[in-house]
Amino acid sequence: MNLMPGWAALGRALFNDNKGPWGSRPPGGDKGAGGSGGEEPPSVPPSGGHGSGPWGGSPQRRSTGPGLGGVPLEELLRRRLGRLGGGGGGGPFPTTDRSIFAWAALAVVLLWLLVTSVHSIDPQERGVVTRFGRYDHTLGPGIGLTLPFPIDRVRKVDVGQIRNVDLGSANSDNLMLTGDQNILDIAYTVRWTVRDPELFLFEMKSPEETVREVAESAMRAVISNVSLNDAMGERRGQIEGSVVEEMQHILDRYHSGVLIQGVAIKQADPPGQVIDAFKQVTAAQQDAQSYVNQATGYAQQLTAKAQGEATAFDKVYEQYRLSPDVTRRRMYYETMEQVLANTDKTIVEAPGITPYLPLPEVRKSSPAAQEPQQ
Amino acid sequence: MNAVRRHPFAALAGALLLLFLVLNAIVIVPETSQAIVVRFGKPERILNRFNANWRVGSPGAGLAYRLPFADSVVWIDKRVQSVEMERQQVLSTDQRRLEVSAFARYRIVDPLRMYVGARSPDRVSQALQPILVSEVRNELGKRSFASLLSPEREGVMENVRAGLDRVARQYGAQVVDVRIKKTDLPDGTPLDSAFERMRTARLQEARSIRAQGSKQAQIIQAEAEAEAARIYAGSFGKDPGFYDFYRAMQSYRSTFIGDAGGKKSAPTTIILSPQNEYLRQFEGRGGGK
Repeated sequence: MNLMPGWAALGRALFNDNKGPWGSRPPGGDKGAGGSGGEEPPSVPPSGGHGSGPWGGSPQRRSTGPGLGGVPLEELLRRRLGRLGGGGGGGPFPTTDRSIFAWAALAVVLLWLLVTSVHSIDPQERGVVTRFGRYDHTLGPGIGLTLPFPIDRVRKVDVGQIRNVDLGSANSDNLMLTGDQNILDIAYTVRWTVRDPELFLFEMKSPEETVREVAESAMRAVISNVSLNDAMGERRGQIEGSVVEEMQHILDRYHSGVLIQGVAIKQADPPGQVIDAFKQVTAAQQDAQSYVNQATGYAQQLTAKAQGEATAFDKVYEQYRLSPDVTRRRMYYETMEQVLANTDKTIVEAPGITPYLPLPEVRKSSPAAQEPQQ
Repeated sequence: MNAVRRHPFAALAGALLLLFLVLNAIVIVPETSQAIVVRFGKPERILNRFNANWRVGSPGAGLAYRLPFADSVVWIDKRVQSVEMERQQVLSTDQRRLEVSAFARYRIVDPLRMYVGARSPDRVSQALQPILVSEVRNELGKRSFASLLSPEREGVMENVRAGLDRVARQYGAQVVDVRIKKTDLPDGTPLDSAFERMRTARLQEARSIRAQGSKQAQIIQAEAEAEAARIYAGSFGKDPGFYDFYRAMQSYRSTFIGDAGGKKSAPTTIILSPQNEYLRQFEGRGGGK
């Protein structure tokens, strides 16, 4: 640890006139056997706690030596030895070959220090810093400085990205039992983000899978407390809210560092086997509606007719009241005229004689009639 | 220093050996692991043991030392892990079957006990799994079918968790949570009869909706007829005598000629008696008689 400031000063001194001979990154800088110095894909902690030691492999067996990270150490050592013995003249080693080699090695060391201690964190990211494996602090967006790689390690976690988990799909049944013991086919999506990157990295063995399982369990629990009609109908929003609440509660109990943003039910239908029966209900509703519509139409007709006739009568009656006798006569004669003008008339003069009316007569005069009208 | 210059290779070898020893003496404990330092097979120390007060940044993580060659380190995951229970049939008290799958989340909190009891973390989950299955089945088997559907309600899951936890403690593990993932009716008769029940319920609903519809339609019609009758009565009731005459005239027209809709009535032959009121003047009886 007490070497650090010296190294840093060395780095600064050389950083000014040496931009690194290879331009980009040193071969041993961040693709070391023990993982990375900060260029790591975010959000997925390395599987298995064993491999996360900076030395890589299993920390129990160190016989393989320090790996690539050790090369600069050796170089440094050799350089120091050289400097101790050197007369302070032309570089650490007498021959030019050697001095080039030493300078190159120094450049590698410096570049590696630079790459592993300066981290640029994107606005939606956080950098979780571990010092010898122990959580130290979390870097916010911007440029973050840490100690170089074997000491400090930065894992970037994307806290802005909304991650989706889809459960159930349009082409496969995802059946659930409702509270009234009916069966519902449901598909939904859970949106979540990382709230606490350090908890997210260190507390759960398999965060994504945990979110998925908790989602299944929470949805099942909520659906088993509502009726089928509620689940298919307007209470969907309420169900989604309850699932979010339930999931958050469970995940907080696990200290998962996960924040549930929302649950969206994409589909909540009766299962395919009974969908016909449900369509029948819809059909019945439409039928019932059409019965009512017909009745309403008929009712309107009926009342309109009544109003029309009543109004007509009222008008005539007003006239009639003015001179009842004459109006009555007039109406009677008019009616009789019209009636008798359109009918065959027989006037029987002699009282008491019932005339014989031959049916053919009647028939002949009315070819259209099928039956004698009598 | 001169010695170094004279024997550079020896010096280098010495330095390398020193480095090797140093590297073998330090242990880097990550946040996600607990470790037991075992000295010649005997557990010596526990590093980074789980502590609920130190979620992250616990003092146990970080650098630790060991004796090179004498101490070996056994790593144990510190994180929350999962044990799955695949679909199992559960029989409720009212003899109905249900297929249940569940999971438990646990964490090793006592590495030493785990090391003594199970030797390896994998063995812990292997040991917990059958117990999870039996606990779930026992606990759910005491319930009626209806309460199986939502086992969270009556603290059933808490009982399962406590039961599993008792066993897990022997392996140095703590069960954080046990949850039912899915409850399904078994394929075959139970599922089919549930579908059948849903179907018949829907058809019944459809019938009752139709019946309700026609009932409403009838009520609407009857109300309209009543309304029409009220309108007629209100108007015609002013002078029943005149209404009788007026309506009779209308009736004759439509009977003998045809109605307003243009439909002709059947041809009629009328036999008039001379006494008929209409022929009064014709007979010369005059208005005064």
